[in-house]
Amino acid sequence: MIHLLRRIAFYLVTAWAAVTVNFFIPHLMPGDPVQNLIARQQGKASPQAVEALRVQLGLTGHQSLWSEYLHYFAQLAHGDLGISTSFFPASVSSVLTAALPWTIVLVGVSTVVSFVIGTLVGVLVAWRRGSWLDGVLPVATFFQAVPYFFFALIVLIVLGSNLGWFPISGGADPSIDPGFTGAFIGSAIYHGILPMITIVVSSVAGWILGMRNMMVTTMDEDYVLVAAAKGLPNRRVIGYAARNAILPSVSSFSLSLSFVVAGALLTEIVFSYPGIGFQLLQAVQAEDFPLLQGIFLVITFAVLAANLLADVCYAVLDPRTRQEA
Amino acid sequence: MTAQTALDIAEVTAAAPRRQRALRFPRSRKTIVGLVLLAIFVLLAVVGPLLAPHDPTATSADLLQGPSAAHLLGTTQSGQDVLSELLVGARGTVLIGFLAGLIASVLSVLIGVTAGYLGGLADDLLSLLTNVFLVVPGLPLLIVLAAYLPKSTGANPLVLALIIALTGWAWGARVLRAQTMSIRGRDYVAAARVAGERTSRIVFAEILPNLTAIVASSFVFTVLYAIGTYVALAFLGVVDPARWSWGGMLFWAQSQNAAQVGAWWWFLPPGLAIALLGTSLALLNFGLDEFINPRLRAAGLSRKAAKAAGVPRRVRFGLTPVRGGRR
Repeated sequence: MIHLLRRIAFYLVTAWAAVTVNFFIPHLMPGDPVQNLIARQQGKASPQAVEALRVQLGLTGHQSLWSEYLHYFAQLAHGDLGISTSFFPASVSSVLTAALPWTIVLVGVSTVVSFVIGTLVGVLVAWRRGSWLDGVLPVATFFQAVPYFFFALIVLIVLGSNLGWFPISGGADPSIDPGFTGAFIGSAIYHGILPMITIVVSSVAGWILGMRNMMVTTMDEDYVLVAAAKGLPNRRVIGYAARNAILPSVSSFSLSLSFVVAGALLTEIVFSYPGIGFQLLQAVQAEDFPLLQGIFLVITFAVLAANLLADVCYAVLDPRTRQEA
Repeated sequence: MTAQTALDIAEVTAAAPRRQRALRFPRSRKTIVGLVLLAIFVLLAVVGPLLAPHDPTATSADLLQGPSAAHLLGTTQSGQDVLSELLVGARGTVLIGFLAGLIASVLSVLIGVTAGYLGGLADDLLSLLTNVFLVVPGLPLLIVLAAYLPKSTGANPLVLALIIALTGWAWGARVLRAQTMSIRGRDYVAAARVAGERTSRIVFAEILPNLTAIVASSFVFTVLYAIGTYVALAFLGVVDPARWSWGGMLFWAQSQNAAQVGAWWWFLPPGLAIALLGTSLALLNFGLDEFINPRLRAAGLSRKAAKAAGVPRRVRFGLTPVRGGRR
């Protein structure tokens, strides 16, 4: 319990740091960001949007930095991320609320699938070391090095455009009303298959390699030898070794997750999938700073939440963290 | 994953005799392939712009042509030569990757070794900093940073490398901290301290040389990360796409629907180039990992080689025999 409380405290500190960085970035940049924005958009931004941006960034010049900083936190506490300049007058929160469920389902499902497949294959490759299964490693390395969005382009052109098996853009058939109906969910799954395959194939290699390396190390331990010498069936022996070898995989989840999230954002762009990544592209193109910053915060919080989940799993898998008093 | 392995295993390194290490490292086939590939890419980065048959920005009348004798890799929507873009783009991609890797390595050594050596409150604070940077997703932060930078500053390779390095140093710092803590407790370091050696000498002469393999491995890993990140930023159009890089090529290919119209010669070459460059770095890191952790090396003889030599090779208990255990 104490272990988990410490982790929660750490995530709170991280969240605070992310918010603070987010607040200070516009203040530290050379020049007046609002003026830069007006100059870049060449009059496309309406005066209301500019004023809203100025207030939201705390650049009105009426208040001290400190009171602006406090004001920023107060706004955040109400879930107010400001006004989007490209979707003016829609608020950033409303834009993100529409996009977030798509991304969470897509990234969540593909991360879990990829972790499970990768770990199982990793165990198998380590167990049968020296056999043809070693050939998995170079292939996995190659796929690890391929950028997600490039692989997505290939999948899109082959399975989407050329063969026409899957839709090439969107999150669901636009003619079906969104809602918890069978038709809509079916269509959403059909549209989600290609992006999911892309994310799984690109990220599975990391899990395979990590699990394989840990498994090779763990299989050398005396207790595995004892288990095998006692004549336990191979399945049991693998179970003993794998349970210990998986711990680093779970604890390095945080590191991998930010890679997966980054890759998934780009995958969404290739498939024009209506999630956060697609919004990110539009925000970049429209130079919509409030939306960009809102996306950064939301992604950071989501990653922190996922990490907390991984920590809970870790505590379940490793009794030592539970006993620690 | 690799981080943890490196942690667990690094202790093995110190024991191996120096001469043997130097001989064994380049022997692994993976490492050699990785090194050769990497050398080709570095060479390409140096001479690529000189080899380009056309000016990559020059448009011509051949719009969206497939590969031909005049344009070996075809042309883009506006008639630019893809091969020239690829050759000119090599420099930007490789340069930023290595620059960012270098800056991040310096940062991670500074912070990781300091935290590991000092311990106490300094360690707590630096570890906290490291962990925060490890957890915060790098790409969205970079996009916000790059988007706020004025366009002229944002196009500067050094600035780009610097901000990429800012999000990429934490992994190496964590591994180095753990290894420094382990080395700090060894007898010879204690002896050096008792002998009254200066702290700077203990760090630079006693501790750092034993971290070389880990620093190298984290450098390669960071270069890999930096190239991936730079490509992603360019692909998004955050970095000025008018400067040629492989990510920038993919940006244009994507924004002009190259995949939809089936112009594979447009986006396949830069993507494959990135993938191959990444593979070469990953293979190199494999070699380094195996060098740090002997147990990761493929065990003994392969089945074929064993048969040829007439050695019976039976796997007992389904366990793989391993040469030279830890104890």
